[in-house]
Amino acid sequence: MGDFLQQIVGYINPYYLQILVNIGIGIILALGLNVITGLTGQLSLGHAAFMSIGAFTSALLTIKLGMPFGINLILTGFITAAVAALIGLPILRLTGDYLAICTLGFAEIVKVVFLNLDITNRALGLTVPAAATSIPMPIVVWGVVLLTIICVTFIHNSRFGRALMAVRGDEIAAEAMGINVTLYKVQSFALGAFIAGVGGGLYAHFMGYINPSDFGFLKSVDILSMVVLGGLGSITGSVIGATILSAAPEFLRFMASYRMLVYGGLLVCMMIFRPNGLMGNVSFTGLVLRALGRKPHLKKIMEQKISETSRSGNGDT
Amino acid sequence: MFFQQLINGIALGSTYALIALGYTMVYGIITLINFAHGEIYMVGAFVGLFATAILKVNFLVAMLIAMLVCVLLGVLVERIAYRPLRKSSRLSALISAIGVSIFLSTLAQMLFGANAKGYPEGVFPVKQITIGSAEISTLQLLIIAISAILMIALEFIVHKTKIGKAMRATSEDYNTAALMGINVNMVISFTFALGSALAAAGGVLVGLLFNAVSFNMGLMAGLKAFAAAVLGGIGSIPGAMLGGLLLGVTEVAGVAIGFSSYRDAIAFAILVLVLLVKPTGLLGRKIQKKV
Repeated sequence: MGDFLQQIVGYINPYYLQILVNIGIGIILALGLNVITGLTGQLSLGHAAFMSIGAFTSALLTIKLGMPFGINLILTGFITAAVAALIGLPILRLTGDYLAICTLGFAEIVKVVFLNLDITNRALGLTVPAAATSIPMPIVVWGVVLLTIICVTFIHNSRFGRALMAVRGDEIAAEAMGINVTLYKVQSFALGAFIAGVGGGLYAHFMGYINPSDFGFLKSVDILSMVVLGGLGSITGSVIGATILSAAPEFLRFMASYRMLVYGGLLVCMMIFRPNGLMGNVSFTGLVLRALGRKPHLKKIMEQKISETSRSGNGDT
Repeated sequence: MFFQQLINGIALGSTYALIALGYTMVYGIITLINFAHGEIYMVGAFVGLFATAILKVNFLVAMLIAMLVCVLLGVLVERIAYRPLRKSSRLSALISAIGVSIFLSTLAQMLFGANAKGYPEGVFPVKQITIGSAEISTLQLLIIAISAILMIALEFIVHKTKIGKAMRATSEDYNTAALMGINVNMVISFTFALGSALAAAGGVLVGLLFNAVSFNMGLMAGLKAFAAAVLGGIGSIPGAMLGGLLLGVTEVAGVAIGFSSYRDAIAFAILVLVLLVKPTGLLGRKIQKKV
């Protein structure tokens, strides 16, 4: 089985393979942040911190314990989620920009602490050995991508997801409806961190080398840009946003040093021309149904309307 | 020793405060975290450098030139990147600001190179003054003095002039201010101009203090200044000053005690701790939640 998959992967040009895996990891991280910022409406500027915690936990689990990769990833996810819950419990009482700066501060603290710990090899960074699995990494990454998309879609349409959307819409109204706002916020934070932790673990094992400085403020901003570009709260949007922004630096490579210049300009232009993100008001299933000549399900339309009004409501405060 | 570190901290803190004021004023009026502000500060430092090195002007003149250039830049950035987004969600404006920040720092890297540059020798003749056991450089005193003058000038503009009144009205309620005949667009441009001028002054002063100007100096300084603004209560001008000074002093104290490798974390640790106790910052107004 492993050999067969290895053969398939071998057919693809390694350069494209690298881009594909980067896109996959980008999608996983964007989906995680989409749960926190898109679905629950809590602005986080420190998502890279959870990726960092995941990457180092997973790398250390492989190095020190030689754990099988599957269990390693799941354990990494749970550890990251536990840290997020621990951090989230006090800071999620803050709202809006105060929360944003706290997550930013938390991310900087995580970075500096990892830069000073012996176990993370200080500023030298860790060299990560190959993952203990026979399945090639690109397939693992895209397997996790599919799994994440399925899980997140499921959450979107569940009771839990609706509660999160209620919190996004209006916290006081949600509380009046009997939703334990803090609990749901912490849970969504932990869930987003779980996904980010798994993404970090994949990143560590695919790259083979991790350094705390790789997970700085700019990485968090990268992930946030993916989510906002795609359209807050939209799963399809996150996937598309992550694909565009992960691939953009590669396609802009021919411009060499102008690359980041164009990237910055691109962010500004995209926001000016599509302020609600690419998929802000569009739902993928709606599009498919319309293409088939059917009207989207009524419930879907209602949900979309609700999320639209709540989004514009958020914009004003 | 204590006095010495206190002066070091206040000098560093006043530069944070200068940058933080720009964040807090812009936030007070259009509730936007202007992430490009740190880059404006970086540009200010570079303009000051070139003014002293190429035009060979006095550093005070260089500072004025830097302030002027940054005023233009700040207003231009607002016009291009934020004004079209004023009606859309705040996150879009935030991403746009981050885009501007990446754009400006990359541009600076391409134009000025990746290496840190120092101000030419003798721009400001530094002397050491000994007071008791403390050695204080005239440069530190200058930084504290200039920051104080600028902040007093700002207080004067905000509280005693007509445009300051318009600023306060706009920050109180954007729509009502517009209904009362205030030209809100002009007020917002003016706010960006003021903030950028202060950041440019901060940039020149920091350039002199550390004698190093580089394309990426805006990021960390911007984040810390933003932390200072939130620490003091974002939207509050005295809060930004207090927050900046507090962060500067604690950072220097932390380094003095021996946490120098944790230097960048100290500011944020203080911030997180203060916000947990006082969620709207030290001097922030209590927000009433309404449905």
